[in-house]
Parts: sequence; structure tokens; C-alpha cells
Amino acid sequence: MSKVRIRFVKLGKIRWTSHRDVARMWERAFRRVELPLAYSAGFSPRPKVSFGLALPTGHESVAEYLDIELVTEAQLDGESGIDVRALPGRLSAALPSGVDATAAEVIAPGTPSLQEDVASCTWRWVAVPKEGADLPWWSTDSWEAELSARVSAVLSASSVVVTRTRKGEELTDDIRAGIVTLELLEPAGLDPSHGMWLQAELTCWPRTLRPSEVLVALDPGLEERHVRRTHQWILRDGARREPLLEAYPSGATDAPHALERAS
Amino acid sequence: MTSLWPQIEPILAHVQKPARYIGCEEGAVGPGSLAGQVAWLLMYPDVYEIGLPNQGLQILYELINERPGARAERSYAPWTDMEAEMRRRGLPLFSVDSHLPAGDFDLLAFNLSAELVYTNLLNCVDLAGVPVRAADRGPEHPLVAAGGHCTFNPEPLADFVDLFVIGDGEEVVGEITDAVQAWKSGGRTAGSRQRLLHDLARVPGVYVPSCYDVAYEGPRLVAVTPRYADVPEHVEKRTIADLAAWPYPKQQLVPMTEVVHDRLNVEIFRGCTRGCRFCQAGMITRPVRERPAEQVRQMVSDGLRRTGYDEVSLTSLSSADYSGIDEVVTGIIEDPACSGQVSVSLPSLRVDAFTVGIASQIQKVRRTGLTFAPEAGTWRMRQVINKLIREEDLYGAVESAFSQGWRRVKLYFLTGLPTETDEDTLGIADLARNCVAVGRRHHQGASVTASVGGFVPKPQTPFQWFGQDTAGELGRKIGLLRDATRRDRGVQLRWHDPKATLVEGIASRGDRRVGAVIEEVWRRGGTFQEWSEYFLLDLWTEAMAAHGLSIDWYVHRSRDRDELLPWAHISAGLHEDFLWQDWQDALAAGNVAGPEGHEHSTPDCRWTPCYDCGACTGYGIEHVVASPTPPAGGSQGTGQDLSRGAEVPVLLRLGARP
Repeated sequence: MSKVRIRFVKLGKIRWTSHRDVARMWERAFRRVELPLAYSAGFSPRPKVSFGLALPTGHESVAEYLDIELVTEAQLDGESGIDVRALPGRLSAALPSGVDATAAEVIAPGTPSLQEDVASCTWRWVAVPKEGADLPWWSTDSWEAELSARVSAVLSASSVVVTRTRKGEELTDDIRAGIVTLELLEPAGLDPSHGMWLQAELTCWPRTLRPSEVLVALDPGLEERHVRRTHQWILRDGARREPLLEAYPSGATDAPHALERAS
Repeated sequence: MTSLWPQIEPILAHVQKPARYIGCEEGAVGPGSLAGQVAWLLMYPDVYEIGLPNQGLQILYELINERPGARAERSYAPWTDMEAEMRRRGLPLFSVDSHLPAGDFDLLAFNLSAELVYTNLLNCVDLAGVPVRAADRGPEHPLVAAGGHCTFNPEPLADFVDLFVIGDGEEVVGEITDAVQAWKSGGRTAGSRQRLLHDLARVPGVYVPSCYDVAYEGPRLVAVTPRYADVPEHVEKRTIADLAAWPYPKQQLVPMTEVVHDRLNVEIFRGCTRGCRFCQAGMITRPVRERPAEQVRQMVSDGLRRTGYDEVSLTSLSSADYSGIDEVVTGIIEDPACSGQVSVSLPSLRVDAFTVGIASQIQKVRRTGLTFAPEAGTWRMRQVINKLIREEDLYGAVESAFSQGWRRVKLYFLTGLPTETDEDTLGIADLARNCVAVGRRHHQGASVTASVGGFVPKPQTPFQWFGQDTAGELGRKIGLLRDATRRDRGVQLRWHDPKATLVEGIASRGDRRVGAVIEEVWRRGGTFQEWSEYFLLDLWTEAMAAHGLSIDWYVHRSRDRDELLPWAHISAGLHEDFLWQDWQDALAAGNVAGPEGHEHSTPDCRWTPCYDCGACTGYGIEHVVASPTPPAGGSQGTGQDLSRGAEVPVLLRLGARP
């Protein structure tokens, strides 16, 4: 039994599809390239594919992961079997535009699942005032300084309590422990109304903290745009690394100038 | 002509299922320009996940896009949350391919598969920024076109639609494109719209309501008269003679989000001559035209490889009737490329053991429920509707299903059929109960779902003269069935809302005067009437009253032979004599108590002599079937002893009552 971990991106209009939609795209792609996936036994056999953390509908990512299990007989060398290094290219050709595989590696037996292993994610996004929100400080000359002060206040606080709505219920949480880093990058345009690029590393335990919750801590009148997950992180021997060892391919850079929208 | 995407995108975070609005399907044309093209916006007037799989629109989408100088894009009715955001921001209806405003297209072409979407058509035209009434449109506005089964009575929408296409669209779509091309090169000058519509009214299969005057005497329609000498009195439907010449869609759209019928769909034949008297689809799509088996296999294997789907549906009105269905299904299942992971589904299963045999073969991979449509609870009633399923066929099919591992069977029935008595209605409960008894011999947990719909008489069928049951009467019959099945744990009863059936009746056989009602319901916010959460009967009854129209007269009244029906100038090829005689035969079958009722049946003319309904002879075409004999196991009146149709197996007669 061999397991392969794949890194992929979700960019452009297709970011408006759901996590379940993406799972179906992958199932179709695996069938198109005739990858010998292992199937679950039983009444309704499904291919053995396990996805990592769900990406909220509407968010982009250059750091999505999934693990697949191949049938026992599958050979994993380029000569007679599956060339794992060629997999990203083959899969990308079979995936819809906007979803592309960028790396693939065989993972050792016993590797923890993505769900249990990923400890935190790095996000980039633009903060803008919500339509109709009353944010007088945002339109003054000192808006950048004010925003910067609010970021510092969050980081120096020992507790940051925010209220969010989940399934129609109001929940109050202290999110301070979930914010590993938070920084302002640069304004998203010449005018404050275009918003400000932010970057944060947010933990996934005990639950996945979302960029929108961080904005609530800065000002409940803010909302997020152009959210992109840039990294997922796991902990190994006390150090932080990505779920695949392979270096980032050059096409998937996350420098701010490359944040122009794909659509 | 610029994309509206930058304005659409900020809305998407605030609406349900944003993937409805992004396009991005595999097989789609992708963003492009309309410049210099005859531009069609193909519209399904319901939400994306219902509309996207529509095969008619997908066929036309490909045909138009293959044509030099033409481009087709698609649009669907925005859900209510999206519509509210669009109206608030002044955003018009847009295409999902290039996100271009609907008003930039030359034609807005709607598929009409159900009457309850009529108000959505008006809403989409309005969202496009086009006047809803055809008479208010000028040369700057797109043409509003409609096709699909509902256009066999176009009159309720005559005031809103510029042109209707009657019948198969494959050929006529090119002829319309050419006429619109000429209109565009002439500069769409003042008055040119009327000249174009006059030209289109002469294209066979095209009906332009504004070229016809309608006269009434009191409530009765007395004349529908062409306004020009060169416009035909009767508009004959278009029929493609050879399905093999149209292997479409070749690039079936693969949506990025979940839709209904989310699988590969391959049409294996068009038309049906089983002759079920209630069935509009079977009457208006004659004759039967089969796709050659080799082409079916090719379309399936190409389609599976291209799309990555693991399910294929072989579509038609009665797929088990396809000549050699066995071999085709086996070929797909055993194709090494499918590696045992592909399941095949056959919609509209015929009711017999042979069919279940095929079903067990094809659902090896994932066994879902099996559905049969006996349509009526007693043999007498089934003879009236000419759906000649004998009791023993049904129990044989059910026995076969349960013995081969199915635990759940679904049965479709109609209530409110002509001559129906309470005994017939309650026969539905008996039949369902008997099926559970058959199933219990195999599994303790065997269950049967009986799904009951109220019957709506449809234009161009032998039942077009019949007075529909009132909502109260349908409700009473459903009540009888609820009482009769209440204590049967194995029988689950489902039913369609009789109030929605009533509204369907208004639109189904309405005339032009009903248009004002549709408009008023729409103006008062009555969109998405197919969705129970938005359906509002009061809007319809109040609008009927406000316009002085009687529901009783339109819906519940039986018509005489000498009445001019509102759709009489639209022809599906069927002789009125044939339809009337079939209606009389139905009533006669209902009056014969006993086994002789089948003497009034109409056999399937694929395998028995022609009875000249008119569908072939009128157009100089004929059935295209690979086999001159009925399918193995012959059923539904072919090669069977119909005098034994009502016989219930002894075992069931003894043991079925609760």
C-alpha cells in the first residue's frame, strides 16, 4: 500500500466552489488519468482520498493538500509504474482551470493524517470596511497608523474576546492564543477604501481560526476580501515545516506583487 | 460589452451557493466576445443546479458555438438572495460564460419544461432590462425565444415571447441564426424587428404569436387567424429524422458544483409510442428514433473518458425499450476502460422482470433504489390510460427486484385520472401493500414508497378534453390513501401538493388571456413557483379573479369536440381524429367492467400495424428502430394475454391485508 501526498492550488473564479465540490473535481481527475486508487470496501465503494483542512468557500489557496492511497499492486517507479514526479503535471491537465497540482511525494507508512497533523496556517488577505459600516477612523489620514496600533494592541493583549455566529448561535471565544503572528503588509490601493493587506499565522487547534475572526478583533466593521492561504504548517522535532518536504515550485510564489487576482 | 464580473464578485460572499454564478464548467466555451456574432443567451428559467443538466440547451449550445459567426452563452434564474442583491445594485441578468449583460445578446432563448416556471421567464426578461411584453420591445432589444415541451401550448406566454420553436431544435436553430444575422447586418433599424418576426414566422416550426389574431365570443375562443397571407395557419413541429446525424452533446458540460443528474447523459432514442394517454412527452415526440448502438457505445466511452464521471444514464422516455438494450449495457459494464467502477442508470424503467434483470446487472457498483411507474392502482384504470401493466408484471418485477438485493422500491402513481373511482384510488394502497408483502419474503425491512401526483390534462394528448379534478377532490383522494396506508409500516406515501397541481392546470391549458394572470403573479413577487417555499396559491386565485377568469372554466371543465382549443393551430402531427378516438376508447375502456376492457387499448405501433396517428405520415418520416420485434419478455401490451391483466397471484390475495 502506497500513499502519496499532493499539494495543490485553488485560484480564480473557482474559489467560489465548496470543499465538497473540490473533492468531486479530484475524483473525476483521478479517473481521467486512470490512477489506480484503492477503494473502500462495502455497498458503496469510494476511492481512498483524504483531504486536509477545509478551505472556506470563496478563499483562495496555494497550499492545499490531500493524501491518496493506491492499490497494493501499484508500482511507484518511473520505469514500469507511476512516476510520482510527473503526477502534478498529469493531474493538472485533468483538473479544471484554477485547480492545479504543484507537488507530489510518497509519504511514509504511519504518517499522521493532514487533519491531525496540521498545526497552523498562514493567510494573506485584504481588510476593508463592510458595505455601509460606520468606520470614521478608516477615512482619515492616520488610518494606517490607527490600524497598526490596533494590531499591536491585539498582539500585546493577554486575551482577545470576540463574538461570532455559528449556525445561528452567538458564541464568545478568546482567540488570542490562536494568533501566532499578525502584521500589516501594504495598502491594497491608493485610496483607503481599497483596504490593507494583512498577513497572519493562525492555529488550527483546538479549532481553525479564520481571518474574519481576527478582523472582528481589529474592528467589527471590517470584512475580508481576496483571502488566500499561503502555507499550512506541521510540527516535527520541535520545528515548523510544510506537509511536503519539496520546495515551493517557482510558479506558486506568495510575494505580495503576485497577489493579483487570477480572474 | 464588458464583463460584469468585477461587480458580481463582491456579492458572492453574501449569497448561498456562489458557484451557481461562476460558470467554469468543463466543456464550456469560456470567456469571449460577442462582437460580430449572432449572440444567443440560452436560458433555463430555474436555478442553476436544475437548469445546467438540461440536454436540450446543451445540444443547442454546442451547435450554435460550432457555427461560424454565432456564439452561445448560458444563464439561469438567479436565486432569490442573488436577485435581491442584483436589483439593489442595479446589476442586470448576466451570462455565466463571460459574465456579459443579458441585454448584449441578440436572443434570449428559454427552455420551457414545466408550466410553473412561467413567472420566472418574465422575471429573467425583466432582469435583463428588456420589456416583459413583446409589444413594448424595439429594435434595440434582444428577441425573446422559447422552446421545449411546454411550447406545444404557447398561448399563455404569447404576449411575452417573440417566437416559439415547436419540436426538435437541432435544425431550426441554424435557420433562426441566419435570419438574425441578416437583421443585424441590416442595422436593426426602426420597424425591422416586425419584419424579422414576419420572416421568422415563415420558418417551419417557428411560431410568432404577434403574427396571429385571436378572437373570442364570450369566454370561448372562436378563431386564431394569421395576420399575413404567407404565414401558415397551422405551425407544424420540427422533427429530426435521424438521431444518428446529431451525436450531441459531444462535450457535455461538467459543472464545478453539484447539480441534479450529475453524471454523463447519453440520449439513446427520442420519441415513444407506448401510447400512454396522459403522457404529453410520448404524444409530441413521435416517432421513435433510435441512436445506433455503435454510436451509443462511442458516445459513452468518449464521454466517460473526457468527463471523469463514474455514472452514465442512457436517457429516453422508456430506455428498456431500446432494441438490444441488453448488449449495450453489457458492453459498457464490461468495457475494460470502465474497470468495474462505472454504473449505468436507466430512467423510466419499464415494469417487468426483464427490466429488473438489466437493472441488477447495471447497478452492481452502487445499488440505489428502483423506481417503477404503474401510474394507476387498478387494471381497469390502467386500461383507461393505456398503460397496460398487468398485476402479474408488476409483482414479477418487484419480486425480481427484492430477490436480487434491492430493499426499497419506489412506485409512481397519478390520481385524478378520467373515470377514476375511490376503488381505483385505494387500489394504489393495495398495490403498494402487495409489493411490500412480496418484498418481506426476502427482507424483513423491505419498503415501498408510493409517490402520488395529481393529474393535469395536457395539450396535444387524448386527455386534453378532460376536466381536471379540483384541489379539494385531489386532497380528499390523498386523504383516502393516507388513511389506508397509515398503519402499513412498509408503505411510505408521498404526494404532490394539489394546490400546485391546480396552478399547473391553469397554465397548461390556458389561452392568451391567462398571460395577464402570469404577469400579475410575477409583479406581485410570485417567482420560483415550483419551489414549495415560494409557491403561493392565493397569488394565482386572486389574479384569476382580478382578470375575470374562472378557474373552474379553465381547469375543471370538460371540453367538447367542437370547442376550438387554444393550441389547435400548433401541430405535433397528431390527427385530431386520432386523439378524439383515443379519448373515446379511454372512456369505453372505463365502462367495460371485466377483462374485455383491453379491446379499447392502443398497441405500440413499433411492433404492431400503424393506426395512423399522423406523426409519421404527415412529415414523411418513420420509426427508426433496430429491431422489428418487441423487446425480450414483451410487456405493456405487446405479445401478452391482456385478458389476465387484473389477476392477482393467489399468494398475495390470501396474505396481503394488514
